[in-house]
Amino acid sequence: MLALFENPRLRGGVHAEEHKVETSGLPIATDMPLPKKLYIPVQQHVGKPAEPLVKVGEKVLKGQLLAYSQGTISAPVHAPSSGTIADVLDFPAPHPSALPIRTIVIETDGLDQWLPLQAPDDPLSLPAEEICALVGAAGVVGLGGAVFPSAVKLDLGRKNKIQMLLINAGECEPYLTCDDRLMQERAGEIVTGIRLMLRGMHAPEATVGIEDNKPEAFIAMREACAEFANINVVQVPTRYPMGWDRQMLRYLTGREIPADGRATDIGVVIHNVATAHAVYKAVCLNQPLISRVVTVSGGAVAEPKNVEVLIGTLMSEVLDFCAADKSRVARLIMGGPMMGDALPLSEVPVVKACNGILALSEQDIEIPEVKPCIRCSTCVTACPVGLLPLEMASRIRASQLDAAVDLGLKDCINCGSCSYVCPSNIPLVHYFKFASGELYKRQQMEHKSEQTKRLIDDRNQRMERIRLEQEAEARRVMEARAARAREQELAKLKAQQAQQSISEPTDIATAEEVR
Amino acid sequence: MSIKPISGPHVVAVRSVDSIMRKVIVALVPATAWGIFLFGWPALYLCAVTILSALLFEALCLKLKGVNAGPYLRDGSAVLTGLLVVMTLPPWAPWWIGVVGAGIAIILGKQVYGGLGQNLFNPAMLARVALLISFPIEMTTWVNVEPILAGPGLLESLSITFSGLSDLDGITGATTLGAVKTGFSQHLTLPGLLHEYSGILAFIGWERGSLGETSTLLILGGGLWLLREGVIQWHIPVSLLSSIALLSGLGHLIDSQHYLGPWAHLNSGALMLVAFFIATDYVTSPNTPLGQMIFGAGCGLLIFIIRSWGGYPEGTGFAILLMNAVTPLIDHYIRPRIYGRYRNGKPIDVS
Amino acid sequence: MYILSAIVILTALGLFLGLSLGIAAKYLRVESDPLIETVEALMPGSQCGQCGFPGCRPAAEAVVSGAAPLTLCPPGGTSLVEQLAKLLGVEVDLSQTKDAEPMVARVSEDTCTGCTRCFKVCPTDAIVGAPKQIHAVVADACIGCEKCVNVCPTECLQMHPIEVTLRDWRWPKPLAAA
Repeated sequence: MLALFENPRLRGGVHAEEHKVETSGLPIATDMPLPKKLYIPVQQHVGKPAEPLVKVGEKVLKGQLLAYSQGTISAPVHAPSSGTIADVLDFPAPHPSALPIRTIVIETDGLDQWLPLQAPDDPLSLPAEEICALVGAAGVVGLGGAVFPSAVKLDLGRKNKIQMLLINAGECEPYLTCDDRLMQERAGEIVTGIRLMLRGMHAPEATVGIEDNKPEAFIAMREACAEFANINVVQVPTRYPMGWDRQMLRYLTGREIPADGRATDIGVVIHNVATAHAVYKAVCLNQPLISRVVTVSGGAVAEPKNVEVLIGTLMSEVLDFCAADKSRVARLIMGGPMMGDALPLSEVPVVKACNGILALSEQDIEIPEVKPCIRCSTCVTACPVGLLPLEMASRIRASQLDAAVDLGLKDCINCGSCSYVCPSNIPLVHYFKFASGELYKRQQMEHKSEQTKRLIDDRNQRMERIRLEQEAEARRVMEARAARAREQELAKLKAQQAQQSISEPTDIATAEEVR
Repeated sequence: MSIKPISGPHVVAVRSVDSIMRKVIVALVPATAWGIFLFGWPALYLCAVTILSALLFEALCLKLKGVNAGPYLRDGSAVLTGLLVVMTLPPWAPWWIGVVGAGIAIILGKQVYGGLGQNLFNPAMLARVALLISFPIEMTTWVNVEPILAGPGLLESLSITFSGLSDLDGITGATTLGAVKTGFSQHLTLPGLLHEYSGILAFIGWERGSLGETSTLLILGGGLWLLREGVIQWHIPVSLLSSIALLSGLGHLIDSQHYLGPWAHLNSGALMLVAFFIATDYVTSPNTPLGQMIFGAGCGLLIFIIRSWGGYPEGTGFAILLMNAVTPLIDHYIRPRIYGRYRNGKPIDVS
Repeated sequence: MYILSAIVILTALGLFLGLSLGIAAKYLRVESDPLIETVEALMPGSQCGQCGFPGCRPAAEAVVSGAAPLTLCPPGGTSLVEQLAKLLGVEVDLSQTKDAEPMVARVSEDTCTGCTRCFKVCPTDAIVGAPKQIHAVVADACIGCEKCVNVCPTECLQMHPIEVTLRDWRWPKPLAAA
């Protein structure tokens, strides 16, 4: 009934069971023991993978560059602790497929010895370009899960003359409280990070959006921002997916980002709150991004809490630290339960994108039976984008991908709201992910068939050229042979003539002699 | 942990098809119980026969389809269809009307399309209309109000349901809408026709009519409860009821001799049942809120037209079926606006 | 009288139209079916023969005449089937067709004698090498036509499924029965 009076800025969404109280009251644990080995994948960001520059057997210090960024959209990775490079190999990635990814393995020496750091005296007076360069060199990427290189975004913001920096502190996923804790404990550092970002982009003002289920974080941030008039801290209603940056932007400003554009098109840049903290560390302390706060929770975890984890630590070790009961783990998830990925094994490293490790028990995940769609259109109401999930899924089931694209498949953000509310438990999001993959494959195939055609044309032309050349060659040989034959003929003829002319007198002579 | 990749979300809401169906059935129980109280044991027998045969037909179809019928029978959709069919039947109708109705609803209304979620028309309304056209006498024999203890006894009722009525004249009459329609054909006018009519009794449901349709109050209560539970959305009932109230109000203002007022319209026939339980059927109504409003308004308009100028006294069945047929069209043209795009699908222009 | 004039008019009309159709057929004749050409252009054009026809042109003719199903071309895959279906206005149930697992040829280095036979038959120049040297297959250019496998004297060329990497891993279809 209330839908009639709904805020048009707040479309769709769901109220999921939060499960945040388990961890939101506990301080971030920073005492996790140093792992024996660290596994650092060279690609933990969107874009090109970084290129390793260390050799096996080399000694590295904490914070030392391990692999440098390649190309404009890329990010470097650094050593999370001191030790020896044990190997550079293909290691299972924290990904639902667990396919291997190029990974640098460090055997830690236990000293945790930092590379000498040159922290600037007054970071807030650094020129904008230098701030961006420092952020880029520290390998800072979007820590909300999108892992887009932050320096690229800052540069983009500076070039596009943006009016507003939006700090996304929605953290709408159930279970996760890492941003919440970070704001409660390190609000001052975050605010410094935000001021550095503003400076780095020449942006006039920032707004921090915090879901209203985190009152302590809101108070901490408001107090930390009290002296800075250009940083607004506002509360937004708790409704998944409020942390979808475009949803939060629409709620706060009433403006939408064009479907084919990005936030800078309307003068806004959106960063995650944890990214702001990483920017603070990168610029003020000159520390690269080598650790992050991870929420470890779920029914199978005996001591759920937020842990500051070194990048490259195996998830199994983090779970052990939080006393997870392996036998009760029904599903292991990286990220939140709505959009996170289920991992087939726990021996995978924590990466920059990992904001949560959830070991869910049987009770947490019901695996209900899939029933036919009853067209209740609850998914239509829940979709924050304004799509028709039920129609799209029925098209995809019939393999009518084009029809699904016409219905807006490409606008889907895979937030999972539709699958969450579906009373028939149809795996709608899975259908959409599958269809996007099929579209990609199809595109690849078309590309390949075009390429094949070109190759075949090339080959045919070459064959034709070779044939022509051979023919020409053959003709030349024939001609040459003919010419030689003619020459020989001619020579023969000449010789005969000469002989005749010589022999004639002789003949006469002989004849004369005979006579 | 499985090898097969599982996509998120890894948690789900507790709502399921079974629970939705159960809630709708629960919401219908008071009105049905009232019908049984009002019209005695024959009504109860008819209920049992219809619901049981709906289940049987469903099981039969699923068996023919080669599907394990168990989970589908348990989801409650067949029971609900049977219940909705019987609620629209005259309470003392012979048993075979219930069986044929359930058969039409389940087989022709639902399973031939491929089962749950595939049908184009509302099964219960399809059954009602098919029965009305095929067996007009049985379908328009409205028994007087005979509360369960004052009416025929248990055994006598068995013979009413299973061998039919012998003498109808003393105990039957016309519904309000029927009386009005007949009256108009005899050149009578409204105030005279309705001298016995009591709006309050009609609201409570103390009047002749279909088994489960008489009590506006109880159906309205069930419907509001469903709204509160989030099983149905407000768009269809509100647009349907308000459009019919508006149209009848207008008609009554212009010519109070020939047009029933809004109050009489809202309290008569199947209107409340249709507004909250039939038109809101997920499968056969549009997907979007705007589409649903159009659908509801269309139903209201058609009901008013058929009731006022059509040959039948009650038009809800026909109106629903006609609007069901238009639903795919509505869904094709009315789509939600996608984020970052205009209604026509073009990306928003910011320059 | 009326009947007579009707007969005359209709006969004249019939003759006239028949004649014009005959003339049109003679002078406006299309040399070859443009549809076949369009279909042929859509096909990979490698003349690989996996469809059972001697080349892409005969295959296109068969598709247009309806003698062969739209799904005949394995290298073209589902995308080709969809394009053909759109072009010919045919409904195809794609839910049943499945892309054959894409395969590429690979040279086993132990047994390759460098005979050059394989790269002579390769329609896409996907095999590189020189006489008496071990050949190699460029996987990106290989279309899996298996021509090289058939000519290899030492059976060192074998078809292998393409290995999935993290970059091109995609979600499989949901198992859901309903």
